[in-house]
Amino acid sequence: MPKTLLDVDGLTVRFEVKRGSGWGKKSYLYAVDDISFEVKQGETLSIVGESGSGKTTAALAVARLVPAHSGTVMLDDGNVLEKQGEDLRQTRQKVQFIFQDPYSSLNPRKRADSIVREPLDNLSEKSEDEKTTIVAELFEAVGLRPEQMKLFPHQFSGGQRQRIGIARALATQPELIICDEPVSALDVAVQAQILNLLRKLQREYNLTYLFISHDLGVVQHMSDAIAVMYMGKIVEHADRISLFTSPRHPYTQALLSAVPTVDRTQRAKQKRILIPGDPPDPINLPKGCRFANRCPIAEAQCSQTEPELKDVGQGHKVACHLV
Amino acid sequence: MAPLLEVENLRIELTTRDGIAPVIDDLSFTLNAGETLSFVGESGCGKSMTALALMGLLPDKIGRVASGKIIFNNEDLTQASDARLREIRGNDISMIFQEPMTSLNPVFTIGEQIAEVLRAHQGLSRAAAWAKAVELLDAVRIPNPKGRASDYPFQMSGGQRQRAMIAMALACEPKILIADEPTTALDVTVQAQIFDLLTDLRRQTSAAIILITHDMGAVAEMAERMIVMYAGRKAEFGPVDQIITHPRHPYTKGLISCVPHIVSDMTEERPDLIEVPGIVPSLKDFGQDRCLFASRCAYVTDKCQASRPSKKLFSNGQIADCWHAEDL
Amino acid sequence: MSKMESEQEFEKARSPFAEAWGMFRRNHTAVGALGVLLLILLGAIFGPFLYGVDPFEMVWAPFSPPGEEGFMLGTDYLGRDLLAMIISGARVSLLIGLSAALVSILIGVTVGALAGFYRGWVEEVLMRVTEFFQVLPTLLFSMVLVALFGASLPMITFAIGVVSWTAVARITRSEFLRIRELEYVMAARASGGSNKTLMFTVILPNALPPIIVQSALMVGSAILFEAGLSFLGLTDPNVVSWGQIIGSNRQYILDAGYTVTFPGIAIFVTVLAISLVGDGLNDALNPKLRQR
Repeated sequence: MPKTLLDVDGLTVRFEVKRGSGWGKKSYLYAVDDISFEVKQGETLSIVGESGSGKTTAALAVARLVPAHSGTVMLDDGNVLEKQGEDLRQTRQKVQFIFQDPYSSLNPRKRADSIVREPLDNLSEKSEDEKTTIVAELFEAVGLRPEQMKLFPHQFSGGQRQRIGIARALATQPELIICDEPVSALDVAVQAQILNLLRKLQREYNLTYLFISHDLGVVQHMSDAIAVMYMGKIVEHADRISLFTSPRHPYTQALLSAVPTVDRTQRAKQKRILIPGDPPDPINLPKGCRFANRCPIAEAQCSQTEPELKDVGQGHKVACHLV
Repeated sequence: MAPLLEVENLRIELTTRDGIAPVIDDLSFTLNAGETLSFVGESGCGKSMTALALMGLLPDKIGRVASGKIIFNNEDLTQASDARLREIRGNDISMIFQEPMTSLNPVFTIGEQIAEVLRAHQGLSRAAAWAKAVELLDAVRIPNPKGRASDYPFQMSGGQRQRAMIAMALACEPKILIADEPTTALDVTVQAQIFDLLTDLRRQTSAAIILITHDMGAVAEMAERMIVMYAGRKAEFGPVDQIITHPRHPYTKGLISCVPHIVSDMTEERPDLIEVPGIVPSLKDFGQDRCLFASRCAYVTDKCQASRPSKKLFSNGQIADCWHAEDL
Repeated sequence: MSKMESEQEFEKARSPFAEAWGMFRRNHTAVGALGVLLLILLGAIFGPFLYGVDPFEMVWAPFSPPGEEGFMLGTDYLGRDLLAMIISGARVSLLIGLSAALVSILIGVTVGALAGFYRGWVEEVLMRVTEFFQVLPTLLFSMVLVALFGASLPMITFAIGVVSWTAVARITRSEFLRIRELEYVMAARASGGSNKTLMFTVILPNALPPIIVQSALMVGSAILFEAGLSFLGLTDPNVVSWGQIIGSNRQYILDAGYTVTFPGIAIFVTVLAISLVGDGLNDALNPKLRQR
């Protein structure tokens, strides 16, 4: 059993929102509301959800790129959320980020090699020669050619840009890499190239990924464990096989059934579960289960009390009264 | 029965900085009433350009139909006047776009925009057009259509905006509905609702749908026949089921296998995805007398570099433009 | 890794500057205007050495028409050589134009960058200050400054700069607000960049294009502003500027129109050339137009 690298407990991120005219009391949008999960060394945990589920915000909070309101994020027995100054710099070396949009995540005024080098310049004490060697190795590792080092981002294709982003994330030899929708902006054929690269790098460097995605096919392929988020909450958390073969939460079931598939046996077997309506207003959340108003099997208690995330056997956790 | 739409040897040229490029190179297909035909391929392969050509909306001065015919109702649309095309666009062929936020006018309510289409094309009175608009919103399953008709686009969710777009496209009961990546900007559960809606509407109105997408899963769910486009050319054409079970063009094969699908018999084993290496060639390399896919192809031989592959017809109705189609 | 990518022709690394110049070169009007501007600049720098007439010296009878009596542009109401005055005035006008623009960029970029980067109360305070300067009647305010503190060149420059930085501040702020949300700024933060790094080495270079365009246009408007002030007599009496020539000769406009026409043309041509260059820069630096 691999050791736990990242242990997130009760993470909450809220944003202040202005409603009404000026002086009213502050209201908060709880983008991430009291979520807990852990990621094992060398494995991939995917957080999957639709837009507005809070999956990206959760990832940004773990990387200290948005401030968390409460909770703990334990990495190597230290709470990431409490680090300041030099400690925070050390932590940044250990946690790196791969961004969604390869077009906006690279500074258009910098050459490829200095983009990859940036984390080394800011975070490490290495000599210039060492840095140059590392950058050259990274270029090779992600499948770029040495003569491309002096090019500017706009001279690369989307897939190549994402490779630069990956090289940058690898530069400080981080323990945890957070991938925020790393392939959703790419064409299908290029997606496969990047996904294969990420898995190859994971094997070679024993990397740990926190993988954020809305694409269940990609998640199925990439992860060892999956957490499904809906409206800021984790509704289901299980290992890959268990989640995909026997989803327990009605939202997960609907989500899985909605994915169009080319597999005919799958299509015949599967009845599509449509969930009508829209998610509730995130600022005035209903009491009880957040999915109750769209849930096909909701009962009276669902709109009264909020379900806890509980273990239903072999580590498969579900937040639903009816499971 | 004669097909609803017949496209013959269509060639569309685009003027670029590097010269003239054939973005659509010798494309022929037919579309029957009530069927869904899907165009698949990566971006930059000419899918959207085909749609624009059918709508007579090629970019001014840059794009033009160089040769070929688009025959709709015994009329060649490539020869039709602008006024006639406008008439056809509203009434007979309409289109929904990828991003419903930018294709709706933000300063008018949804109801006004739909009513406007009705008044312009069907000459309805103000009140009658409004009533019909509400009816259409109901048909696309927007809850409380009477109230929602007075909403502005920004007050609706992405899924509802796309439904409003569909309502507007259906306003004049078109015979052909072109959907250009209609669900790419939407969540999967919303996508499922939209697909469901389109399938139902097609059954009710017997309109033909042209679905442009990059998602093989969506094609498998929605379409009867498909055209795989690559670099402005047709790579493969035929019934969806046949093509997905046995693709005859290496590009089709790549498109299917490079995406991780959710399969019924899931195992711990996760082999690497089969890559289609490289990227779509740029416009300046279009139109050469060779297989344009050759540089990315695992089955490439000298012949592929020497001349453009000819059609291979299979008994099940599949057509593949590949020198090695029989061996695949 | 993949054969296609390695087959791709090797593109040369062109810096954004080279790329912008490539775009600029294709705009023939702007290139022409740049040529004119360079000529004016050269004339201002080397003119006094080539044409050695003292602009303050009364060299001939007043109101000698152009071309006659050996003075190409004639003489003014005191009998001074108009050509010498315009050449000498070019130095002052351009100098004031450039340095006033520089002053307003310094103030504007600082205010806009701080407001756009830190947001919150910093933005609130700085933008209110900006608005305060925006609603001041600019000409009146700078007249008051010059009248109070004396009409020296630095004071005039400062007076012009202080009333025209608001546009730069607003542009800088809006660019900062836009760029700070882009992922590469987030990426720089994840790579351990400090606030200072983010502001000056990540956001500012990317915010520069519209600021550069605005600065170019501001040089033109500063020249006009200076002309206006000196027309009203608020100018350093020890130097000649184009506006001052017009101002001092304005009573004789009916008898000797050329004395105001020639400096007027000088102002017109210079400002027009600057705007055209600014336009060209706008097209060259606009990333949307740069896409193939």
